[in-house]
Amino acid sequence: MKVIIDQNRCVASGQCVLSAPEVFDQREENGIVVLLAETPSEHLADDVRQAVALCPAQAIWLEEQGDEQ
Amino acid sequence: MKRIAVVGASAAGLTAAETLRRRGWDGHLTVIGAESRPPYDRPPLSKQILTGAWEPERAALRSLPDLARLRADLRLGQRATALDIPGRRVRLANGTSVGFDALVIATGVTPRRLPGSDLAGVHLLRTLDDAIALRAALLGGPRVVVAGAGFLGTEVAAAARAMSLEVTVIEPRPVPMQRAFGDRIGALVAELHRDHGTRLRCGVTLRRLRRAGGRVTGVELDDGTTLPADVVVLALGAKPATGWLEGSGLRLGDGVECDANCRAAPGIYAAGDVASWPHAHFGTRMRLEHRMNATEQAMAAAGNLLGDAAPFAPVPYFWTDQYDTRIQAYGIFPPDAEMRIVHGDPSEGRFAAAYGHRGSVVGVLGWNAPRQVRTLRRLVVDRAPWTAFAATRALSPAIVN
Repeated sequence: MKVIIDQNRCVASGQCVLSAPEVFDQREENGIVVLLAETPSEHLADDVRQAVALCPAQAIWLEEQGDEQ
Repeated sequence: MKRIAVVGASAAGLTAAETLRRRGWDGHLTVIGAESRPPYDRPPLSKQILTGAWEPERAALRSLPDLARLRADLRLGQRATALDIPGRRVRLANGTSVGFDALVIATGVTPRRLPGSDLAGVHLLRTLDDAIALRAALLGGPRVVVAGAGFLGTEVAAAARAMSLEVTVIEPRPVPMQRAFGDRIGALVAELHRDHGTRLRCGVTLRRLRRAGGRVTGVELDDGTTLPADVVVLALGAKPATGWLEGSGLRLGDGVECDANCRAAPGIYAAGDVASWPHAHFGTRMRLEHRMNATEQAMAAAGNLLGDAAPFAPVPYFWTDQYDTRIQAYGIFPPDAEMRIVHGDPSEGRFAAAYGHRGSVVGVLGWNAPRQVRTLRRLVVDRAPWTAFAATRALSPAIVN
């Protein structure tokens, strides 16, 4: 799983950090998303998918290997 | 369960459909949307789309290939007109109908209008087409009056000021955003707008629209004054879009009244702006017109439709961007809550506040403090005792309203 973020779309909601704090953080000054792990380990995959689904700005995407979808 | 219909193709309807598929439900899925555009996002309409920072296409919620992967019968541009519960059918404006075994209602809200709403120069802002039309009007350099200083009205005013237009906001309450956050934050929002050159007229009611030759020429207020205007934006709130459900047998109060699991009737669920439900954590029935709730409630409703039996009790999250300021909030903000500043300083344009109600923290608000407010959210989840904040600095007076 590869995580892609778009900082220009991000609205700093922090939902991704609440879902997957090992993978996402927010910049101190404006809360914009920062990626901590571009290819997170498999045990975090569900948390990352939750972050993608919850993001209110569609600022996170996944490139998944295998048969997802 | 072979057939599920989702009525509404905006954030909540789309999320419900995607959740069903992600959870492995493989039956026949129909998504019905009144607008002909593919699903798009609404928060940018009063911000980036109005200012022109984004082209309208950028508001799309999904690419066309992503929509195709839903394997849904997507009926766009088709308005639902009636629900036949015993017959398990949704009737559409074009005379056809869609049968279902289970249903998700996500028809959102309809903006409030005034007599004269159809005059040239008068704008509502709910759809992407509304935003495109308003942007085109703003490009003509008009004098703008915005009626209503809630989330939508204040964001529209900020966008119009970013385009260097002459903008006046009129609002019957004493400060902007009073219903959302109370008097103290409302006063800061008023200051923010005045600092950016937006005129605010609070405590006045719009009596009628002035017209000449089919065009609006201004607004007449109840204090006897008239404000000239070339463009008038009505941001007067919205009503749940439940007209098509009248006579269906569903309970319609403030929206579709659901149980704690977002269920309106056996096999029938509702989500997003249109749905009200009793929130177990806060002990109150609520209906939220917030972007985040559309996603969260649609996920919960679809999950419950598939058998989760999980009460929906999120910590509500919402935000607004105005000029260079981002206000973010978690929880609820009752009018009789108390407020304390728990981080930063309002005079420095960066702070976080906690709201206490009946002995517990029920809400936290960040003003240009995104990381802090996310951390403070924990207080709402934990129902932290309010006594812990009694000694904390307050904006004077401490009572929110």
